[in-house]
Amino acid sequence: MTALYHFLFVPLTLGLSVLLAIMETVYVMTGRTIWRQMTKFWGALFGINFVVGVATGLVMEFQFGMNWSYYSLYVGDIFGAPLAIEGLMAFFLEATFVGLFFFGWDKLSKVGHLIATWCVAIGSNLSALWILVANGWMQNPVGAVFNPQTMRMEVANFFDVVMNPVAQAKFVHTVSAGYVTASIFVLGVSAWYLLKGRHTDLARRSMTVAASFGLAASLSVVVLGDESGYLATEHQKMKLAAIEAMWETEPAPAAFTLIGFPSQSARETQFAVRIPWVMGLIATRSLDTQIPGIEELVAQAERRIQSGIKAFDALQAIRAAGSTAAIPPAAKQVFEANGHDLGYALLLKRYVDDPRQATAAQISQAAWDTVPSVPTLFWSFRIMVGLGFFFILFLATFFVLSARRKLDHYPLLLKLAVLAIPLPWLAAELGWVVAEVGRQPWNIEGVLPTVAGVSSLGATTVLATLIGFVTIYSVLFVIEMTLMVRAIRKGPEPDDAPEAVLIPHAFAGAE
Amino acid sequence: MILHTLIDYDTLRVIWWLLLGVLLIGFAVMDGFDLGTGMLLPFVARTDIERRVVINAVGPVWEGNQVWLVTGGGAIFAAWPALYSVSFSGFYLAMFAILFALILRPVGFKYRSKRENAAWRSAWDWALFIGGFVPALVMGVAVGNVLQGVPFHFNGELRIFYDGTTLFELLNPYGILAGLVSVAMLVMHGAAWLVLKTEGPVAERSRAVGSVAALVTIVLFVLGGLWLYYGVDGYRITSAFVVDGPSNPLAKTVEVAPRIWFANYAAHPWMLAGPALGLIGAALASLLFRVRSEVGALLMSSLSIFGIISTVGLSMFPIILPSTVDPRSSLTVWDSSSSHMTLFIMLIVALVFVPIVVAYTSFVYKVLWGKVDERSISDGSGHAY
Repeated sequence: MTALYHFLFVPLTLGLSVLLAIMETVYVMTGRTIWRQMTKFWGALFGINFVVGVATGLVMEFQFGMNWSYYSLYVGDIFGAPLAIEGLMAFFLEATFVGLFFFGWDKLSKVGHLIATWCVAIGSNLSALWILVANGWMQNPVGAVFNPQTMRMEVANFFDVVMNPVAQAKFVHTVSAGYVTASIFVLGVSAWYLLKGRHTDLARRSMTVAASFGLAASLSVVVLGDESGYLATEHQKMKLAAIEAMWETEPAPAAFTLIGFPSQSARETQFAVRIPWVMGLIATRSLDTQIPGIEELVAQAERRIQSGIKAFDALQAIRAAGSTAAIPPAAKQVFEANGHDLGYALLLKRYVDDPRQATAAQISQAAWDTVPSVPTLFWSFRIMVGLGFFFILFLATFFVLSARRKLDHYPLLLKLAVLAIPLPWLAAELGWVVAEVGRQPWNIEGVLPTVAGVSSLGATTVLATLIGFVTIYSVLFVIEMTLMVRAIRKGPEPDDAPEAVLIPHAFAGAE
Repeated sequence: MILHTLIDYDTLRVIWWLLLGVLLIGFAVMDGFDLGTGMLLPFVARTDIERRVVINAVGPVWEGNQVWLVTGGGAIFAAWPALYSVSFSGFYLAMFAILFALILRPVGFKYRSKRENAAWRSAWDWALFIGGFVPALVMGVAVGNVLQGVPFHFNGELRIFYDGTTLFELLNPYGILAGLVSVAMLVMHGAAWLVLKTEGPVAERSRAVGSVAALVTIVLFVLGGLWLYYGVDGYRITSAFVVDGPSNPLAKTVEVAPRIWFANYAAHPWMLAGPALGLIGAALASLLFRVRSEVGALLMSSLSIFGIISTVGLSMFPIILPSTVDPRSSLTVWDSSSSHMTLFIMLIVALVFVPIVVAYTSFVYKVLWGKVDERSISDGSGHAY
């Protein structure tokens, strides 16, 4: 999915926009031009990254219709709204003011320009909010009902869609992850300057901002990640069980598997190192609630498939009736009782065209299909969490160093900071994998299976365009990297404008 | 929530049909001059500094303008999910071409001036040309094909099927004519923007090109109308239908016959305002280019775009997307919208945010008012590209 690529560029935009706004606020408050120079320098890097985010995001907006046409029709009534609101409320704000950010330095007052910068930052963060409302709804489809006459999901309660707890937790988690990404990026680039002994003033100040901002953000990432885990227990039990490679239900509180080698075919985890109790505590925040294991969940899925088949059968009768009045009451009753499992019947579409013709073996196979790739989730999750804790430690170290003004005393740490630049991206992409692979085989959890959501397009066409996009994105990625490196090598533009006169020189050295 | 019943479902559908038009016109007027400028770049600007002037004339605003497209896509998804899913998957390769070209554009703006190398810059100039020309052409081609009908149908489960729409089938003669109307129209519009924002030789060349492009737009638009009258069949709902029923496109029958696309004008003569504005706007724009009324030419070319796009919508109403292989599957205003509640919520959102967006967009344009001159670019002050 191109989403993976888009997500390469987004976290940096999210976080850097806020860092820029903070730096410029300091500039406006103190009047010291070094902060303006900083804003301009990091702003240039922000700009290089931003355009690619815009370009890839544009594609995302239309991909649903292009590749997921049945999906779009099935849930457009709900899913389209957050996307449209995102455009209207957030993206307009961000994109309109980003022009002023770059071109408005001489045309606006200091405060005016600062407001423009904050508009960019607020816009990009609001944008993430609405996108994650849409994504959260795929994970936990609340506030919607199926309408047999239009053959789609329709909004029942829009407030529920927006206030979806999964979406809210994901929003803060993702946005904080973006802040961490940007902080570590700024920290790493500044560390490189300190190592080379260039632009040290700018680098040191940038590190101070990045370390304090990043530390707060990294704490929030982990806390909200924990919240996401708690919510997964409620809404996506299968995802949780797969992340933990928990094949069988355990007596509460369940043990946490620290490390091991889960095998999808053997349905067991080898060489597991387990810590008793921890899992039960994290996931249920209690000592006596049981967490269902994969096998139990598969058995549940099988029952829901059976119920879904009844709903499917009733749906055919309802559709055949033509008008609302002619619907046989028996069919209506069956549909009302089993309608929520209709999506499970659609899982069978992979094997038979008409779910009612499915054999017992096919049903059992479809039930096992509800298990996502366990080793992928298991490992992605563990590496992501490990990185998360590493970031806290790492940013805390730099926070302490900058508070004690000893940033340039430990060259080894600075080298580590340079090397750490790609790590947040790794963590973010793995997080994406956990969220999206964990949702498989569903497009919308429990409602629409992925295989049913796609457009009726030739496989060659899809493959060709996929290759096309991957190629152009990769080219863009390489160009972006080259330009970033060039811009960093070149360093900030000298800012010749005089310091604001109000600041006496005596304070110039103190910081 | 019972609030949404304050406005009838059928009224909401018509409002959203109008808003669909507003978004498309908004995109064509706002991002249209960016696309037009991209197409003009290699021709009206010859030296490197001239080209940078042209790029910086749209540099600060193209990002905001492109959001019209993104928001338009989102709004179609939210308000007309059936249209969203049928058109974008039906025009799959066409959409791919547009997106591919549009990706080149932001990157071109941003990256072109990052290196001194002449080959690097010239390559990006042509990338920017493609980024303007391909979307303008393909969007016009798409409109031409919508007027002729698209080969899709629904099955009983409302799953969509296409019976062959490759990019090359879209490039039929009528589609290409519509594509050229779109290109001429946006070249006129881009030229009007450049005349306003630049001076010296670039402005002079743009003035000459714009004046001609406006006349070409008129000729092609009239040609398109005549062809539509004599050679393209229209679509009309023939069965009884409910305007506020559930969105099920299969509950009606549709007739295909010549000249139906002109029936609305006979029934409601006021609708002739659409094509009239298209023609008058372009004619006045051509004139105002010559008499050096910079703001006037831009306003008139915007008016012309408004008229031309309205003409397409008014001719087809209430049909939105006709199906050639199974006319019954055609999408209409009455059977392809979102639910009553979604339309209502989205209307509230639009009523709150569109004025805000318009307000701050106007503010930004006001701040950026004035010509881009060569000196300010060569001394590097305040310009990013």
